[in-house]
Amino acid sequence: MSSIGTGYDLSVTTFSPDGRVFQIEYAAKAVDNSGTVIGIKCKDGIVMGVEKLVASKMMLAGSNRRIHSVHRHSGMAVAGLAADGRQIVARAKSEATSYERVYGEPIPVKELADRVASYVHLCTLYWWLRPFGCGVIIGGYDRDGPQLYMVEPSGIFMYFGTAIGKGRQAAKTEIEKLKLSELSCREGVIEVAKIIYGLHDEAKDKAFELEMSWVCEESNRQHQKVPDDLLEAAKAAAKAALEEMDAD
Amino acid sequence: MGSRWSPYDNNGGTCVAIAGSDYCVIAADTRMSTGYSILTRDYSKICKLADKAVMASSGFQADVRALQKNLAAKHLAYQHQHNKQMSCPAMAHLLSNTLYYKRFFPYYSFNVLGGLDNEGKGCVFTYDAVGSYERVGYSTQGSGSSLIMPVLDNQLKSPSPLLLPAKDAVTPLSESDAVDLVKDVFASATERDIYTGDAVEIVVINAKGIRRESIDLRKD
Amino acid sequence: MRYPYVTGTSVIGIKYKDGILLAADMGGSYGSTLRYKSVERIKAIGKHSLLGASGEISDFQEILRYLDELILYDNMWDDDNSLGPKEVHNYLNRIMYNRRNKFNPLWNTLVLGGVKNGKKYLGMVSMIGVHFEDDHVATGFGNHLARPILRDEWREDLSFEEAVKLLEKCMCVCLLRDRSSINKFQIAKITEEGVTISQPYALKTNWELSAFKNPSKGAEGTW
Repeated sequence: MSSIGTGYDLSVTTFSPDGRVFQIEYAAKAVDNSGTVIGIKCKDGIVMGVEKLVASKMMLAGSNRRIHSVHRHSGMAVAGLAADGRQIVARAKSEATSYERVYGEPIPVKELADRVASYVHLCTLYWWLRPFGCGVIIGGYDRDGPQLYMVEPSGIFMYFGTAIGKGRQAAKTEIEKLKLSELSCREGVIEVAKIIYGLHDEAKDKAFELEMSWVCEESNRQHQKVPDDLLEAAKAAAKAALEEMDAD
Repeated sequence: MGSRWSPYDNNGGTCVAIAGSDYCVIAADTRMSTGYSILTRDYSKICKLADKAVMASSGFQADVRALQKNLAAKHLAYQHQHNKQMSCPAMAHLLSNTLYYKRFFPYYSFNVLGGLDNEGKGCVFTYDAVGSYERVGYSTQGSGSSLIMPVLDNQLKSPSPLLLPAKDAVTPLSESDAVDLVKDVFASATERDIYTGDAVEIVVINAKGIRRESIDLRKD
Repeated sequence: MRYPYVTGTSVIGIKYKDGILLAADMGGSYGSTLRYKSVERIKAIGKHSLLGASGEISDFQEILRYLDELILYDNMWDDDNSLGPKEVHNYLNRIMYNRRNKFNPLWNTLVLGGVKNGKKYLGMVSMIGVHFEDDHVATGFGNHLARPILRDEWREDLSFEEAVKLLEKCMCVCLLRDRSSINKFQIAKITEEGVTISQPYALKTNWELSAFKNPSKGAEGTW
C-alpha cells in the first residue's frame, strides 16, 4: 500500500487522490482474516455455514454464535468482528419488526438486505463513525422464494452462492462446482460442511466449530439452526471426505 | 357507559400484626374481591421482604403487587451493597419512603409490617397509603380493621403512649395465645365483613425463624 | 379518557386432567348492537400458552401484536428455551398495569392458560392490572353466572369430555342471561401436546322451559 504515511488513510470522509477511501479497505481486511462464512442458495432454500474459530478451549460449545436469526424467515451469518456483527443484527431485527408492524407481513429479503446495506453504508459517511469491521451474509425465504445477499462496508451486495473470510477464494471455487439448482438443502448442508472442513488447515489454523443454519421447506420456511443429527451427519461426512482425500 | 373509569379498585382484605417480646405474628385473609364478587379464594396478601421483615397488605391488588416487587428489588440492591439482610426497622423506613414517593398517585395499599428488631424484640409498623407510619405493639389494616381494632385494644391493653417515661409497646401475651387471638379476630371479622373470609394465613417470626400456617374461614 | 367501541363478552377458563380449556363466544358488540359475529377471541401464544380476551377487540388485537413480537424475539435466540404461560402472564400484567398507570388502559380482561413442563397454569389479568391464578376463572358476566357452577362441579381430575360438558353448561347459562353473548363459540384446548382451537359451533338451546313460555303471565299491568 503506497498510501501509508500520506495521511489519506486516517479518515473515512477523505478520498485519496486516486479516488479510494482507505478506511473501508482496511475494514475489509478485518473480514478477510476471519473464519470462513459460506452461504448457498439451493433449489429449495438457503444454507449458511460458519467456520467459527474458537478463541479458547474453555469456551462453551455452541456459544459465541456467528449466525443469528433476524426474523422468522431470515438469518444472518457474520464474518469479521463479532461485536460489530451483533450491532448489524440488532439493526436488522429492528428493521424487520418495524416493517412487519407497519405492513402486517414479513419483510421481503431484498428489502431487508437493502436496509441493512444502507445502515452499513451510513457508517462509512461520517468522521465520527468507523466502518463496520465485518461482512454479513443474509439468507431468507419470502414470496419470491429463497434469496441470498451479502453486505460489506464497501456497500456492495449480491446473491447466489458466496463466501467471505479467510478461505473465501477456495470456498467460492468449490461452490462453483456445485449444481446449486439441483441441490436440496439437506444435501447442501453436507456440501457446505465438506467445503469448510476442506479449507480448514488443521496444522496452521486455530481449532474451529462448525455452525450451520438453514431456511427451507424442511424447516417450515423458518430460519433455524440445522438440526443436531443432520449437523453431526454432515460433520461425519466431511471428515470422511477429508480422510479419503488424504488416502489418495 | 355508567361511571368514569378509575385506575383504582378495592380488592378488600384484612391484615393483622401483633408484636410480642420475642416474636411477631402477621396474618391476613386470602380472599380477593371486587365489588360484590369474589375473584379468588386463595390469594396470599403476605410477603416476606427480608429474613426478619414480613408485610401484609390489603387494598388494590395491582398496586400491592407493584409495591411488593419494588421493595423486593430495593432489598436485593441493599443486599448487594451491604452484604446483609435489611433489618425490620430499616425496611419500615424504606416502605414509608416508597409509599411517599408516590404521594400524588398513591399506591392504594394498606400495610402492616411485622418482624423482629435489632434486639430480637417483636415489632409492628402500621401505615397509611401515602407513607405516614408508626411503630406500635399491634395493628390491623384493611376492610375488617374497624371490627378488629377495638378487640385488639381490649385484649392486648398496650400501655398508653402518653405515659412518661415511655413504656414498651409489645404485648404481654405468649406466642400461642397471640396466634389464638388472631384466629378469633379473623373468625369474628369474617362474620360481619363481606371482604374478609375464605382462609387466614398466619406467619410467625421468632428467633427460630419463620413459620406459616393457614386456617379456614367462612366462605360466604 | 377512552371508552371501548367494539367489545367481546365473557371468557371462561378451567383446568382439567390433562391441561386447560378456554371457551368464548364470537360476538363483537358495538354498544348494544351485535356488530360482528366471527371474532376470534381465543388465540395461541407461542407453544405453551392460550390467551382469551373480553373487552375491546381492537385492544386485544394490539396485545396479540405485542405478544407476536415477544414470541418472535424469544424464538430468534433459537436456544431450545421458550416462554411459558407464567412468563406470558407476567408480561401481560406489566403491560396492562403500565397502561393504567398512564391513564390509558387497554380495555380488556384477559385469561391466560397454558401447560409447560407438566405444570398447568391458569390466570387472569384485568385492565387495571389486577391479576391472579385459580383452578377456574371467568371474566365479566361469567364471574357471576359461570363460576358458581364451576365452584360446585369443578374437579381437578375432570376428563376432557367432562370438562367440555361443564364448559358448555356454563356457556349455555351465559347465553340465557347475558344479553351480549351469542350462540357461536370456540373452545380451545392446551395440553403438553399442544394447542387445538375448535371450529365455531352452536349449542342446543331449550326455550321450552315453562319460565320462557309466557314471561308476562302473572305480572300485573303487562300484556
